Amino acid sequence: MAQQTLDEKLIWKELEKIADPEIPVLTLVEMKVIRSVRVQDNQVTVVISPTYVGCPAMDAMKDEIRSRLRDLGCEQINLETTFAPPWSTEMLDETTREKLRSFGIAPPAKHKGDLAATLAAPVPCPFCHSEKTHMESSFGPTLCRQIYYCDTCRQSFDRFKPL
Amino acid sequence: MSAEIPSNLPAEAIRKLLLAFADDELMLGHRDSEWTGHAPILEEDIAFSNIAQDELGHSLVWYTLLEQLTGRSPDSMAFERTWNEFTCCHFVAYPRGDFAYTVVRQYLHDAAEQVRLSSLGQSSYSELKDVAAKLLPEESYHLMHSQGLVERLGDATEESHSRMQAAVDAAFPQALGLFENLDGEENLVSANVFPGNEHLRTKWLEKVVPVLDAASLQAPVEAKNGRIEISCEPDYGGRHRSHTAHLKELVQDLQKVYRMAPSAKW
Ligand SMILES: [Zn+2]
Repeated sequence: MAQQTLDEKLIWKELEKIADPEIPVLTLVEMKVIRSVRVQDNQVTVVISPTYVGCPAMDAMKDEIRSRLRDLGCEQINLETTFAPPWSTEMLDETTREKLRSFGIAPPAKHKGDLAATLAAPVPCPFCHSEKTHMESSFGPTLCRQIYYCDTCRQSFDRFKPL
Repeated sequence: MSAEIPSNLPAEAIRKLLLAFADDELMLGHRDSEWTGHAPILEEDIAFSNIAQDELGHSLVWYTLLEQLTGRSPDSMAFERTWNEFTCCHFVAYPRGDFAYTVVRQYLHDAAEQVRLSSLGQSSYSELKDVAAKLLPEESYHLMHSQGLVERLGDATEESHSRMQAAVDAAFPQALGLFENLDGEENLVSANVFPGNEHLRTKWLEKVVPVLDAASLQAPVEAKNGRIEISCEPDYGGRHRSHTAHLKELVQDLQKVYRMAPSAKW
């Protein structure tokens, strides 16, 4: 039993090193894509929840998880997908939001389930913090982003879509 | 995720329901993707490319759930069936038309998705409920976008109005095909898996008719005894695999690359 706890810790430690392929300053653990880990006998199960189900980076993420765990000596690796509860930007903590901002992406507003309301609220510029910004496009370069423009520092920036 | 259907639920009808959802999303996603590089402005190019990617993702989720029930892979479902094995409605397979038609089709579809996915939040089949809860917020971005375009283009200029009205005339009877009855649907309703297409259609009419109205667009409906009644012939057939030549052409296009080298690994 003690051995199992140790293994789980080691696995988490390894998983915490995997960067999000689209936002390299964040890890899949910080992004809450990796939800839980179970170790039973020789089998490791990693439960993941996709951000957007059409996200083309999901396969790359799964490959990376498998190869890291294989390097760690895990032989039977099982990846499970869960939608219960569905992935949501409400799960991202303050540190993660700050890392997004420092990367130049405006973090998603908290929405408590009302997505439309967040579209009306001001989105501070991640560069100069001005609230004089406007949406250029409600869709962006990846499924999880929208394009905004800052009228103060005159730069366009991405905003992580509240979901 | 273990998807096994509890023995008290109608398994065959559930598979048909999932297949209809999956096939609809696949075809609309493909049609939306045809705007990549061709939309009238860059923002719409980005928007329809994103929406296409989402819809294809949604078809993948439904096919994956089906795979857990039948063992047949999503790739096999999308790329190895012949065109007359699909159960999508005609609506999603028609050519993309002009941008007005694209906008109106997308809006009528997105509103139907909103109604359908919200109602599945009560489903007695828990996998269906979980997938619906995942897709609903993604779809709501599509609806906000397409509804915004309908509201702006419906009465912006004489030309935009006449094009949008022509699009509604064409797309509305087609969109009713989303609600064509499925075989075994009564079993889905009595088992509380799915509230039934007639119920969803009523909710959908209550949602879209006022929006079209506010945009000065006339839908082929009449108000009767406080209910909205349809005054056009719905474009049915797809759920029973009776398709138009447009689907044949779409499926050929969709499967062209795959069929060149079916065993290739991407
Ligand atoms: Zn700024």
